[in-house]
Order: sequence, then C-alpha cells, then structure tokens
Amino acid sequence: MAPKLPPHHPVEQSTSAVAGGNAAAHPEPPRGILRWLLTTNHKEIGSLYLIFSLIMFFIGGIFALVVRAELFQPGMSLIRPEFFNQMTTMHGLIMVFAAVMPAFTGLANWMIPLQIGAPDMALPRLNNFSFWLLPVAFILLLSTLLMPGGGPNFGWTFYAPLSTTYAPPSTTFFILSLHIAGISSILGAINIVATILNMRAPGMRMMDMPLFVWTWLITAFLLIAVMPVLAGVITMMLMDINFGTHFFNAAGGGDPVLFQHLFWFFGHPEVYIMILPAFGIVSAIIPTFARKPLFGYASMVYATASIAILSFLVWAHHMFVVGLPLAAELFFMYTTMLIAVPTGVKVFNWITTLFRGSISFEPPMLFALAFVVLFTIGGLSGVMLAIAPADFQYHDTYFVVAHFHYVLVPGAVFAIMAGVYYWLPKWTGHYPNVKLAQWHFWLSVVGVNLTFFPMHFSGLAGMPRRIPDYALQFADFNLVSSLGSFLFGASQLVFVAVVILCVRGGEKAPAKAWEGAVDLEWSVPSPAPLHTFETPPTFQRQQH
Amino acid sequence: MTDSNQPNPGVRRTVVRSVAALVGMFAFAFALVPLYDVFCRVTGLNGKVDTTAQALVHEEVDDSRFVNVQFITRNGSGLPWNLEVETRQVRLHPGQTAEVDFAFHNASDEGTWGRAVPSVSPSSATRHLRKMSCFCFEEQHLKAGERLELPLVFQLARDLPADVNTVTLVYTLYPVTRDDPSLQARATAGKGDEA
Amino acid sequence: MRTMFVWMAGCLIGLASLPAAIASGWNMPVGVTEISREIYSLHMIIFWICVAIGVVVFGVMFYSLFKFRHSRGAKSANFHENTTVEVIWTAVPLLILVGMAVPATATLKKMYDTSDAELDVMIVGQQFRWRYEYLGEDVAFTSSMSTPMAQVRGEEEKGEHYLLEVDNPLVLPINRKVRFLMTSDDVIHSWWVPDFAVKQDTIPGFINENWTRIDEPGIYRGQCAELCGMNHGFMPIVVHAMEEDDFDAWLVERREEAEQEAMGVDRDWEMDELMERGEGVYASVCASCHQDVGQGSPPVFPALAGNQQLLDDPAWHLDVIINGVSGAAMPAFRSTLNPVEIAAVTTWTRNAWGNDTGDVVQPAEVAEELAQ
Repeated sequence: MAPKLPPHHPVEQSTSAVAGGNAAAHPEPPRGILRWLLTTNHKEIGSLYLIFSLIMFFIGGIFALVVRAELFQPGMSLIRPEFFNQMTTMHGLIMVFAAVMPAFTGLANWMIPLQIGAPDMALPRLNNFSFWLLPVAFILLLSTLLMPGGGPNFGWTFYAPLSTTYAPPSTTFFILSLHIAGISSILGAINIVATILNMRAPGMRMMDMPLFVWTWLITAFLLIAVMPVLAGVITMMLMDINFGTHFFNAAGGGDPVLFQHLFWFFGHPEVYIMILPAFGIVSAIIPTFARKPLFGYASMVYATASIAILSFLVWAHHMFVVGLPLAAELFFMYTTMLIAVPTGVKVFNWITTLFRGSISFEPPMLFALAFVVLFTIGGLSGVMLAIAPADFQYHDTYFVVAHFHYVLVPGAVFAIMAGVYYWLPKWTGHYPNVKLAQWHFWLSVVGVNLTFFPMHFSGLAGMPRRIPDYALQFADFNLVSSLGSFLFGASQLVFVAVVILCVRGGEKAPAKAWEGAVDLEWSVPSPAPLHTFETPPTFQRQQH
Repeated sequence: MTDSNQPNPGVRRTVVRSVAALVGMFAFAFALVPLYDVFCRVTGLNGKVDTTAQALVHEEVDDSRFVNVQFITRNGSGLPWNLEVETRQVRLHPGQTAEVDFAFHNASDEGTWGRAVPSVSPSSATRHLRKMSCFCFEEQHLKAGERLELPLVFQLARDLPADVNTVTLVYTLYPVTRDDPSLQARATAGKGDEA
Repeated sequence: MRTMFVWMAGCLIGLASLPAAIASGWNMPVGVTEISREIYSLHMIIFWICVAIGVVVFGVMFYSLFKFRHSRGAKSANFHENTTVEVIWTAVPLLILVGMAVPATATLKKMYDTSDAELDVMIVGQQFRWRYEYLGEDVAFTSSMSTPMAQVRGEEEKGEHYLLEVDNPLVLPINRKVRFLMTSDDVIHSWWVPDFAVKQDTIPGFINENWTRIDEPGIYRGQCAELCGMNHGFMPIVVHAMEEDDFDAWLVERREEAEQEAMGVDRDWEMDELMERGEGVYASVCASCHQDVGQGSPPVFPALAGNQQLLDDPAWHLDVIINGVSGAAMPAFRSTLNPVEIAAVTTWTRNAWGNDTGDVVQPAEVAEELAQ
C-alpha cells in the first residue's frame, strides 16, 4: 500500500492557535525513496513503523494460518513436522518482535510528541536509524527459512539445548537478526525516555501526562532493563554454538535450565512490554467515548508501575515443571498471583469510567471495549495458570496458548487497532468508514473467539502445544479453531481496506475529531501538519 | 524540531544514563551465570553440587534413622566408555561417611578424555551432601582399553531434612574435547583447588 | 446500532453454550491419583471464582453500556476519584488470592513429597521415544510410538488411539507409591500423564523427581509436553496400571525374557533371523529420526539408505550405534540395547532399502566390541 504523506501545510480546518506548523522554515525534503530513507520527522517515522508492523502482521499471520491449516484435521496433510516447527517459531518471533512491538513504537513516535506538546522526538536521527534496523533484521530472519536445514524450529522461546547443540545451521543468523532487532528496540526506548523526560510542554508535570505517555515511559524503562539481558542470552548461545563454550551444555559443566532463567528474566517483562502501551491507549479511548474523565488516573499510573516492578519477580512461573525447589515454586506462585491486583485495579477503573458516562460506540470504542472484556478473560485464565499445582496440568498445553493469545490478540492487537481507529482522523484528516470498521470489528471479535476459545478446552483435555498432529479426541476443537483463524485472518483485509480508504478520502475530520477527546494532540489540525508545536503550547491542566 | 547538533542538556543526561543502564544490564546478564551457580549450590536448586572437595565434618552419627543412597551411572553420546558402580545402593545413617568405588572402562582403541557430570535428587538433599572426594571433580583420561577404579567418599549431614529417606546420585559420562581452551582452563582450575 | 445488537446477541448465544460444553467432559480429567483429584478440585474452585469475578465485572460493564448510552441521551457525570472504592477493590482481590493460595500451597507440598517410595522408575527422554528403567529390578526397555506413519500420512484409516499408542507401555502397580527419576539423553522433554497429574521436564545431565500412586488399574495415555524437535508430536506415553500381583508377575516375566536374550549372544545367527529382528528394532528406536525407509531428515537426521560412509565403513557404523555422536541427536546405545539388538539393527540397516552390502554382524562381535 502506498503511504500517503501528511500534507506540508496546515489545512484550513485548523482552529487551534498553538498548532502553527510552518513548512517554510524547513528545507524541502528529498523526493521519492530517499525521503523515506532519510526522514527524521517523528510523524513520517511513526508511519513507517506502523506500515512495517502491518506488513509483518500479515506475514506472521500467514505463518499462523499455515499452522492452523495443518491442524485443520488429524494427520499430516500439508507440510512436514520440521516445517511445522519453523512455522510456529517464525509466527511467534515475527508477531512479538516485528508486529506488536514496532506497532507500539510507531504509535509512540506519532503520538508522544503530539501528546506532550513537543516538536519532535528528542533524537530524530537516531529515530531514523532505529527504524531502518528493523527491515534489515527481519529480512535476515525470514531469509533463514530458505537456508539449508531451514529456519529456527525451536519455538519462539528457543530453549537450549534444542536451540544450540541440536539447532539448524541457520541459528547464527537468527541470533544476529535478534541482536539487530534488540538494538532497534533499545534505541527506540532511549529516544522515548529522552523525549518524555525533557520535552514536555511548559507546565506539564509528570502527573499531567496522558496515560499512553505514562505507560510508554514505563515500557521504555522495561525495554532498557531487559533487552540487554536478551542480548546477553543470545550472545551466550552464539558462543556455545560457535566458540565451544558450555553455558547451557551439561556435558561441559553448563546448565540448560540456566537458559530458561535468563530467557524468562527477559521474557516476562517482555510480556508487559507488549501490553502496557495497550493499557495507555485504552485509557485514552474509554474516557473519550464515555465523555467522562478517566477514573483513578493516579492509581492507573501506580498500577502500571507496580506491574512493571512485579514483572521482574515472576519469571519462573514459566518454569513450574522444570524441577524448581518447593520454596521457589511457592515464591513465584505468590508473586504471580499478586500481579492480578494492579491489573484488576486497571480493569475496575475502566469500568467505573464507563459507569454514569454518556457512551457512544464509534469504532475505536468498540475495539477498546472488546479489549477490556477479552483481556480480562485472558487475565483470569492467567490467575488459573499462576496456581502452581494446577499449572502442572496446564503447562505447555493449548490452555496456555489460549491464555496468551487472549492477552495478545484481543489484548495488545485490538488495542493497537483501537488506537489506529482513534488517531486515523488526526493522521489523515478523514474519519475511517464506519460501516466497514464495524464489519472489521465484528468479524474480528467472532474470529478471535472462535479461534482461541476452543483452545481452552483442547488444552484441558490434554493437547500439548507445538505438536503438528494430534489424537482424534482433539479434532473438533481444532476444526473450529482453524475455521475461526481463517475468518480472523480474512477480516484483517477489511482493516487494510479501511486504512487505505481513510488515507485516500472520507468524511473530513476537524482538529478535535472526537467530541470527548481532551489531550493535546486534538489541538493541532487534522491531518496533523508535518511540523507541529514548534512553539511550545501552553498547557492547560485538566482535572485528573 | 530539536536540532541534534545542539542537544538539550537534559536529553544528553538521559541518554548517558540510559546507556549506562544498558551496559550494566548486559553485564548483569553475564554476571547471572556465576550468580546462578552460587544460588544453585546454596539452595540445592537443580540438584547441582559442589565441584570441589569439602572437608569431612566430624559429627555424631544419627543412628535413629537410615537413609538410602542410590547410585546411577549413565552414558552420554560420543564416549566409548563404560561406567559402573560397585553397588547400586547403600544404607547409612546421617553423619556417617561412606566410600563407593566406580569403575571406568575405555572400550575403544584410542585414549580419550571424559567427565562424569553429577546430579543429585531430591534437590532439598543437595545442600546436606558433602563429597570429600569424587571422580566428578575432574576430567579423566583413559588410555585405549584402560580400566580405572575411582572412589566417591561422601557424608550426609545430620541436618538432612527428616522427610528425605532416599537420595539419588546420578553420574552422566560426557566426552571432553581437549583442544578446547575454556575447558582446559576449567580443568586446571579444578586441579588447583584440589591441591 | 441495530447491527451491533444482532452481533452481540450472536455472541451471547455462543457464550451460553459454554456450561453445556464443560458438562460434556471437555475439562481437565479428574484422574486416578490423590494428587490429580486435588488438582482437579483446585482447578474447578479457581475456575468458578474466575467465573464469578467475570460475571460481576462484565455485569457492571454491560449494565453501564446499555444504561448510559449517549444515543439514549445519557448525561455524563464528572466523578473521577474515590479512595474508598479504590482501597476496597485492591483489598478484596488480595483476600480472594490469599484464599486461593492456601489450598494450592498444601497441594504443592504433597506433590513434592517423594519420600517412602516402594518402586523407583527412571524415565529417560530421547529424541523421540521414552526409556524406562526399573531401578534395582534389572528391567529396562524403550517405548516408542506404534502408530504406523501410513496412518499419519492418511494412507490408512486412523485407529482409535491414533498417536497415543506405543510398542512397550510403562507397566506400574496400583496402590504403590512409585517415584519417577527423570532425565534426558539429548534435549529437554517433558513426561506428562494427565490422569496422574504428573508433568515433569527431563533435562539432559540433570535429574528430576516426581511420584504417583495409582488407585485404579487401567491404561493411561499422555504425551511429551516440551517441544523437543521434529517428532515432538510423536512421542506418546502409555502406562498400563496393574494389580500388584500381576505387576510382580510381569516383572519376573520381563527378567526371564532378558535372560533368554542374553543367551542368544553366544550362538551364530542366520542373516534372515537378524534381519527380522533388526527390522523390529529399527522401527522401535531408529525410525522416529531416520524415518521408515531410512530416508532421514537431513541435515539433522542423516539418511541411512544409500549413505556412502555407512556403506564403506562398517566399523564406523557399528561405533556410531554403540557410542552415539557427541553434540548431535544420535544417542549411545551401548547400555540401552543388548548385543543381539545392536547386531540385528546394524545388519538390517546395512542391507535394507537397497543398501545391499550383504554384511552380517553377529551378536558375539558386538559383545566383544562392547567389552573389549
């Protein structure tokens, strides 16, 4: 799809005095591809991130559909087991590192400067560099599928020694691509922290920031803390594979379980990296369409911070069956259960915001409401998984697959879509087509639930995850899941149609595109000019 | 737009601090490797045991109860050796010292290096197992067809938890590639400790 | 608005079918051990607590969505803080969680008590089969999936226990506490039988423990639960739980079989005999990686049919089978197959699928190689 540039000059419906974008003060950008390669503009880079993540969402989605097609009925009918493993692995890696994370970074690039009244990100050139690392990383990763022995086939969690001693030859390239993607995330996070801490509009205190900014600030701290740990782990893998060390190899005095500890020390905060910005988006949308201030702003901030801190203390709940000592099992069971408290606070705050509001159901609100319901279902199954003795039955079954897809698909992905529908008028100057958006929403909701709800049952009935073929008693569940996944996949084409149509035209949106919207981004014209807030706006404190 | 030629001092400070945090966390990941080892030894996590000899502790033998100690030997891939234990199980009191012989045999026609990697179960017993001497502290070299008997001398501490009445010691044989410098360093270090 | 309610009604009908689904047995099995029953009831308690929370939370939410609609002229209030409710909805979940943690802790403690076992079984995970060793009983064997690949490929009709059937099931007595010691020869696997609520990772170089005491005789099925490579989906577990007397008799029988087999080492075997035996051994321990007609799955699992090194170098061939390959998926069969089996499978692989070398490897040669 051809991305449409934000126009160079303010459009006539601008009503805001603070939003003076002055194209004349800036040199004409280079034309054609060079413009996109060299841009340092936060809006253009934000668009690049979003387009990249949408493309990757489809590539990762196609991998998922290959998996679901194979699982449509018992028997190996389409692909071979080794290719099946590559598909599940690539699906996970692409969705986590190339779809969800860059989508949030894209939204951050676009919206954080607008929400805090800054002219751009703090480090615009670094911003360009961190984006262009991503296509490099993932073209490299995808190319491993064509290498002898195939691509990574050890699951997105790449447990040693399956990913070291027993891995395909392409694993070194997999490590390299993950390193590049990691550097990109880290640089993006540093940029976001520097922007939020130093470039807020005069008068905007930390506790005045919109929650999307707050959640991203905390997410960025998590990224800075744990991405280096991931880099460390994969460096150790690289050394085990190529330089004869024995970090994870029992034969040389190493320990495969150490890998899991290190991985999940990164991996659990990573899970929250993929959900905290979603909380921020939903906390912006619900008050807007309930026409009522967010309930418990301060407690939302504290809850987000507590979730982030607790995320460093729960990693071993992914390892309840590796043979931890009893004391460790109990410790990680209790800390994990504790996370339900701040998460619950968030859900209660959203619902109380709805209570006695004046609610309308525009497309962003539909997705935000579905997020609240379906994310809560995922959260509740998370509480069940936290109970260590019961986890001996749930662990590594489809119950877990159902759980984390509920928090990631109708969780993180729906929040991203809600954010896109919410901010599209700001980006393009047009409202998205409501009818199509409603079709997209309802098809997605039905598809997502058809896909993932039966997985709870197949998991409880005893189906392990990551198997290419299954016993006959799981056939019905898998049939429904596969049909649901095709529906969900196809309905995302509607989403692409909505976005393209919205870029091209549609009902014109005013600066304040939604009646109940209050944050600073709604004070600049729609579409937002390329340069905004060159003179810092005066920040009007709203009630929080 | 902030001109990156004249960075905001606040931005610079934030970046410097973030980079320091990054470097720190990267180093921390590597520091976790030895920390984890220490943690395992202290808590007995994962059945890891000390790889150096411990001193015999003269404590009164607790003859009010018996503990079964089982020995299991296993062959990893790629090492043409047999490892056998003279007895599969001993019964002893906590505080008592026992010696068990293990027989190594190189069934191939060339000399090779190997090591027996130890593991103990249940993990709650690990901390209470003292090995005064064990073939598992070092790598072994066996000439073609050589047979070697090596002892394991150990003691179960008196404070072994009351609910532990069977302790299993497993030794898995793995080949050692001797042109590997890191291993050599490790082996030498191990010997240094012994002396 | 109308479409919205049509869709929503559809979703509600879908949700309403849930309890029916749970009732019809799509749930966690209750199982046949004390632990599995405790875990089941723990699971159901937490499940109903979660359902209750869901009903309250979504109840308030949907009430608000219907009652305070902009289209019905709802005017929004402006409240945005209330310390009392915030304290309450922090404290109440905390109390509910404590209530869940208490029984969970008790069950977990029981699960970790492996003391006073009457039988010790060592479980070894291998790509892609299980090995069971009855410690101190001189009985050990390998258990591989027995579903023919033709069923997997859809060339034959799938049987009742498709993918959940093995050649040699693990045999256990009922009413005796059995301790499992678990380890692996290659990558991490996980041994799981839902009816016992036993799931434990098998980790190369390290040992794990778990235990069970089965209440009812029967056949119980499970699967490997940790991704372990290509054929992760094809390493099922079958446990045959017997009355104690039957189990003791079975042990004696197995031991006698092993003795008989040991005597076979001394005599000269015919090629046909070895080939017949070798085909069986190959299907049981080799085919999961090297595939049913020796085509392998390169580069990790090399082909055996037409493998030049194998054809040219019989000594190397035998050495690889006996000692395995360090750092690769090929395990050492030195102590897990007996000389007859090693000789038979070597003979088979040297003569099957067009490898027609005509070589015969005698059990006596293998025995010599093993002892040297």
